[in-house]
Amino acid sequence: MSTTEEATPTPPPTEPDPTAAAATKESMPTGAKDLLNRVRTGDLGSLRVLILLAIVWIIFQSQESRFLSATNIVNLSLQITAVALISVGVVLVLLLGEIDLSVGAVSGVTSAIVAVLSVKHGWGPVPAILAGLAVGAAIGTFQGFISTRFGIPTFVVTLAGLLGWQGLQLKVLGETGTVNLNPGLLTDLAGKFLSDGAGWIVAIVCVVLFALATMRGYQKRVASGLAAPAFPLVVIRIAAVAIAALLFVYVVNQDRGVPVAVLILVGFVAAFDFMTRRTKFGRHIYAVGGNMEAARRAGIAVFRVRVLVFALASTMAAVGGIMAASRLLAVNQSSGGSDLLLNSIAGPVIAGTSLFGGRGNVWSALLGALVIGSISNGMDLLAYTSATKFMVTGAVLLGAVVLDSAARMGRAASGRV
Amino acid sequence: MAETTPLLELRGITKRFGAVRALNGVDFRVMPGEVVGLVGDNGAGKSTLVKVISGIHPGDEGQYLWEGQKRSVNSPPDATALGIATVYQDLALCDNLDVVENLFLGQEATVGGLLSEVSMEKKANDLLAELSVTTIQSVRGEVGAMSGGQRQSVAIARSLLGDPKMVILDEPTAALGVAQTAQVLALIKRLKQRGLGVIVISHNLRDVFEVVDRIWVMRLGSNGGEFDVDNTNEQEVVAAITGLTGNGNRTSKTEGTVTQ
Repeated sequence: MSTTEEATPTPPPTEPDPTAAAATKESMPTGAKDLLNRVRTGDLGSLRVLILLAIVWIIFQSQESRFLSATNIVNLSLQITAVALISVGVVLVLLLGEIDLSVGAVSGVTSAIVAVLSVKHGWGPVPAILAGLAVGAAIGTFQGFISTRFGIPTFVVTLAGLLGWQGLQLKVLGETGTVNLNPGLLTDLAGKFLSDGAGWIVAIVCVVLFALATMRGYQKRVASGLAAPAFPLVVIRIAAVAIAALLFVYVVNQDRGVPVAVLILVGFVAAFDFMTRRTKFGRHIYAVGGNMEAARRAGIAVFRVRVLVFALASTMAAVGGIMAASRLLAVNQSSGGSDLLLNSIAGPVIAGTSLFGGRGNVWSALLGALVIGSISNGMDLLAYTSATKFMVTGAVLLGAVVLDSAARMGRAASGRV
Repeated sequence: MAETTPLLELRGITKRFGAVRALNGVDFRVMPGEVVGLVGDNGAGKSTLVKVISGIHPGDEGQYLWEGQKRSVNSPPDATALGIATVYQDLALCDNLDVVENLFLGQEATVGGLLSEVSMEKKANDLLAELSVTTIQSVRGEVGAMSGGQRQSVAIARSLLGDPKMVILDEPTAALGVAQTAQVLALIKRLKQRGLGVIVISHNLRDVFEVVDRIWVMRLGSNGGEFDVDNTNEQEVVAAITGLTGNGNRTSKTEGTVTQ
C-alpha cells in the first residue's frame, strides 16, 4: 500500500518488464495505515499482548507496591517457567490447528517417572531426566500416530490421554503418593541462581547475539535489493530487546539473581522459535495448520509433521513437569493437575496464537504465561481468593479468544476483495 | 504445426469406474506452445480426462504419448516427472502464508539446513516479474488477504517453479471479476509465449475464445468435436457441447459417438 508504482487496473503489457515489477516490490509496507490494518487483522499479536501485560502490571503496581519489587519479579519468573515450557509445545500443536489436552497429565506422569527413578531406584539425575523426556516423546508419538492414522480428533485422543496418563502417574507414584526429590541437579533446576556477574555476562552475550543476527538479516536483505524494514525500526527492535534483558538482570540482581530456570526457559523458547521460523519443518507446521490439503499436495509429509509435533509437545510437557517438580522439590498425586493444563493452553491464546491453526509464534508461550502468571501473582499479593483469580483469568482468556475470532472475521472481510 | 510432434497425445483412452464408462475412447492432443480449451457440460468427462493426464486416475485402455514416446503415467509424480503441472480449481494455497512461502511450499530453498529466505524471495520476485504479474505489491503479503486474481497468479506461478512443459488449469477464471479475469487470461498468454502447452478447462466460452488456439469438446465421455478458434464461433461450440450438431472440423480418427 505504500508502493510508489501506479496501480494498473488493466492487464499489463505482454512484454515483460522485470525492472518495473521489481521496483514495485521494493517498497515495504510500513505506513501507519498498514500498521492499523495489521493490528485489526491480528498480525501484531505480540504487540497486543505487550500492551495487555503493561496494563496488568500498572494495575497491580498501583494497588500493591511490592508487585514490581525485585523479590516478586524473581518469584513471578519462577512461577511461570513450568507452564511456559509446557506452552512451548502447546504452541506447536495450536499452529497445526489441533489441541493437546494431555500436556498436564503428561507433565505429571513424566515427572513422577523421573522422581521415582532417581529417588527409589537410585538413578543419576541426568539418566532419570532423559528417561522422563523419552517417555514424553513416546507418549506424544503414540497420540499423534493414533489421531492421524485413524483420523480421530486430537481433542478426543488427548482427552483419553489425560485420563490414562493421570492413572499411570498414580500407579508410578505407588502407595505413598508423594516422592520428595533428593537435593542435587533435579532441585537445582529451579533452585539455583546465577551470580550477579554471570547474569550480566549472559544478558550481554544474548543481546549482542540478537543484535548481530538481526543486523545480518537486515544487511542481507538490503544487499540483495529486497524490501527491508526501515532501519530505525531495526534499531528500535534491538534496543527494546536490550533494554528488557538488561533491566531484568538489573532488577533480579537486587534479589537472588537470574534464576537458572529462566535461562532454561528462554533457551527453549529461542530454540523453538528458531526452528519454527528458519527450518523447513517449522514452515511445514504452519502450512499444515493453514491448509492441510494444500500441504499434502505440495508434497509435505503431513503425517510425519503431525506426529513429530505431538511428540515435541509431549516432550516439552515433560520438560515443564520436571521444572515444576524441581520447584516443588517433590512429585505428588496432584502434580500436573489443577489449572496447569488450562493455563498452558490459555497462555499462548491470550498472547495471540490462533486456535484455528497456522497463526502464532513460540514467544506467545512465554508472553502468555507471563500475563496469566502476573494476574495470579498480583491477586495473591492482594489476598484475593482462587475464586476471583479463576474468574479474572477466564475473562482475560475469553477476551483474547474473542479478539482472535474478530481478527479472523476481519481477515475474511478484507480478503478476497 | 501439423508436422511437429505433439507434446501430449492421447489415443483411445477409456476409463471405467465400476460399470460407468467415464471416458470412452477419447483422443486428445496438445502441441508445444499451444493453448487448448477443454470444454463440455457437467459430467462430460473433462475432469476425468485431466485426472488421466495428471496421473491421479490412470486410464484403463488407450495410449499415452508424451513428446511422441509411449509412457505410462500411473501417479501424480509420474506426470510431474514428465513436466506436467496442474493448477486445481481450489488453488491449494495456504492462506496464512505469504507469496514466497506459498510459491516454494514443499520445495523450500535451504542453506545449511536453514531456509534461505533471501534467495527464495529474489526468485519469487524474478518469476513474478517474468510473468508480468504486477498486481502483487509485496511478495511478503499474506495470500489469504489477496484477491482471486492474485491468488490465481500465485498458484500459476508456483506451478512453473518445476519448469514444466505443460500446465493444466482447472477453471482458472471461475469466480473472478472482469479485471481479474483479464489478468489471468494475460498470464495464460504469457505461458504460451514461454512455449508451454496449456490446457484450460472452463465453462466460460468467452474466456476460452479469448485465450485458446483450439477447443476440444467433451460430450458424454467421448470426443464431441475439435474446433480451431479462428474458424468457429460460440454457437457452434455450444451446439457441440449440448450435442445438437456435434460438427466442426473434426480431426480425430476414432471419433466418439454421442450415444453408446
